Amino acid sequence: MTSPRPELDLSLLPDGGVQWLDASGPNSDVVISTRMRLARNVSGYAFTGRARDGERLRLLAQVRDALGGVPTLRSSVLVRLDELEAVDRQLLHERHLVSKELAGLDPQHPVRSGAAAFLGEQAGLLVNEEDHLRLQALRSGFAVAEAFGAVTRLDRELGAQLPYAYHREFGFLTACPTNTGTGLRASVLIHLPGLVLTKEIGKVLAGLQQMGLTYRGLYGEGSEVVGNFFQLSNQTTLGRSEEELQDLLVRVVRHVIEREEEARRVLVRDAGYIIEDKLWRAYGTLRYARSLTFDEAMNYLSGVRLAVGLKLITGLSVYTLNKLLIFAQTAHLSHGEGRVLTDGEANLARARYVRQVLVSEGGGVE
Amino acid sequence: MLCDSCKERDAVVHLTRIVDNAVTQLHLCEKCAAAKGVETTLSVPQHPLGDILQAVQQQAPSTSEDAAACAFCGATARDFRASGRLGCAHCYDAMEHSLRELLRRLHGSSRHVGQRYDAPVTHVLEKPDSLHDLRDRLRRAVEAEQFELAASLRDRIRQLETETV
Repeated sequence: MTSPRPELDLSLLPDGGVQWLDASGPNSDVVISTRMRLARNVSGYAFTGRARDGERLRLLAQVRDALGGVPTLRSSVLVRLDELEAVDRQLLHERHLVSKELAGLDPQHPVRSGAAAFLGEQAGLLVNEEDHLRLQALRSGFAVAEAFGAVTRLDRELGAQLPYAYHREFGFLTACPTNTGTGLRASVLIHLPGLVLTKEIGKVLAGLQQMGLTYRGLYGEGSEVVGNFFQLSNQTTLGRSEEELQDLLVRVVRHVIEREEEARRVLVRDAGYIIEDKLWRAYGTLRYARSLTFDEAMNYLSGVRLAVGLKLITGLSVYTLNKLLIFAQTAHLSHGEGRVLTDGEANLARARYVRQVLVSEGGGVE
Repeated sequence: MLCDSCKERDAVVHLTRIVDNAVTQLHLCEKCAAAKGVETTLSVPQHPLGDILQAVQQQAPSTSEDAAACAFCGATARDFRASGRLGCAHCYDAMEHSLRELLRRLHGSSRHVGQRYDAPVTHVLEKPDSLHDLRDRLRRAVEAEQFELAASLRDRIRQLETETV
């Protein structure tokens, strides 16, 4: 049996779906990206988990018909997850364009019929996720208002075409009661190596939980914290308005950025040469290693990113670091090689890819 | 740096783990990291629903809501406790009382104060049930052993079928 070849044509995606990596947004050395997500369901259908195949397909057809009246997604690309090979679904997930659930990457929950995504330039729409509709906008750096503006526009347009499930008291109705109300998950992907190295992170995370925020790993719910990357988001969705939830995220994240900057100053002041040596060793490993696991690569990239933030390493852009973060993942490497790689092969391909990028885009490193 | 586990080989996997807000660092060689499989993953906060669902359940002994099935999708409160997911929008009405309590615990409030919404006018009038939808609901009700609901759905399907003949 031959393994399936990756077939997804990435050139079809608006900006390859990775505009958010370009490091153009505010505070982008610390905050990689901002994501705003709204959960919505359409009246007249059982929620996705309980719906039958036919219902999910009918919902998808109804959504597709409705998009004629939705300018934000008029030129979007429809990706039928249920018709893609696993490696392509994984690639879209690695790009943060679709959730793990929609991509059906958990062997116990294979991809559902009717699982689809409409990917537009300003925003995207996932269909037949845990909720019928997940509207999302992703932006580079710390750009809460901009991302929220985009997702709200899509919500207004879509809500005028499709009848959302809405309750006078409880607000927008969702399959999981943790999303009921606004259905809003406002989050940032943030890099906090200073707080981890100074062991302040525990206090900071406890503090933000008291403020009503929660943290997760790189890929959201249920994912691991690797490479000191944290996803911070609102914990509750009901009883506070969308504006209040955004303000809360902005206030707390600003405070976390200040704490991170303070921790970095302390590191340089109290352990200057130890840190410098450690971070250059991370760079050296990435520059010369012949095999890198994903976690290893993430941890060394975290070190190099910190070194660039501290200006210990110059000549390497944040954009290059962001790109390594996403493109050094297994499905991306498989795409580059034109075949599905085993873990061992991926480790070799990863080391090769990282070396190439560091040579071609970090030529002036000193 | 030597592996924290075997203390023989060089550590190549460096993990920062955060458990209950305490930070620990673990340095492992590739072999020990692989052998520990689970250990290389980090814990993230548990989904809050499990504990809370249990607490609500203990506080509110079985009520009439408990066994009643949602008239639209056939899901019961028991299904919800098992999966943590509601079956459809109508479940919010069928389990209104216990959900209000649950939402209060989860969010500190059960009252939506965010954006208001009115469905587009063309959809406000409930569209008549199509045979398609009714048959889907009937199958679901049978699978869920909601026989009373199934019987009433069957009657409506028969009625619709005779009307269209």
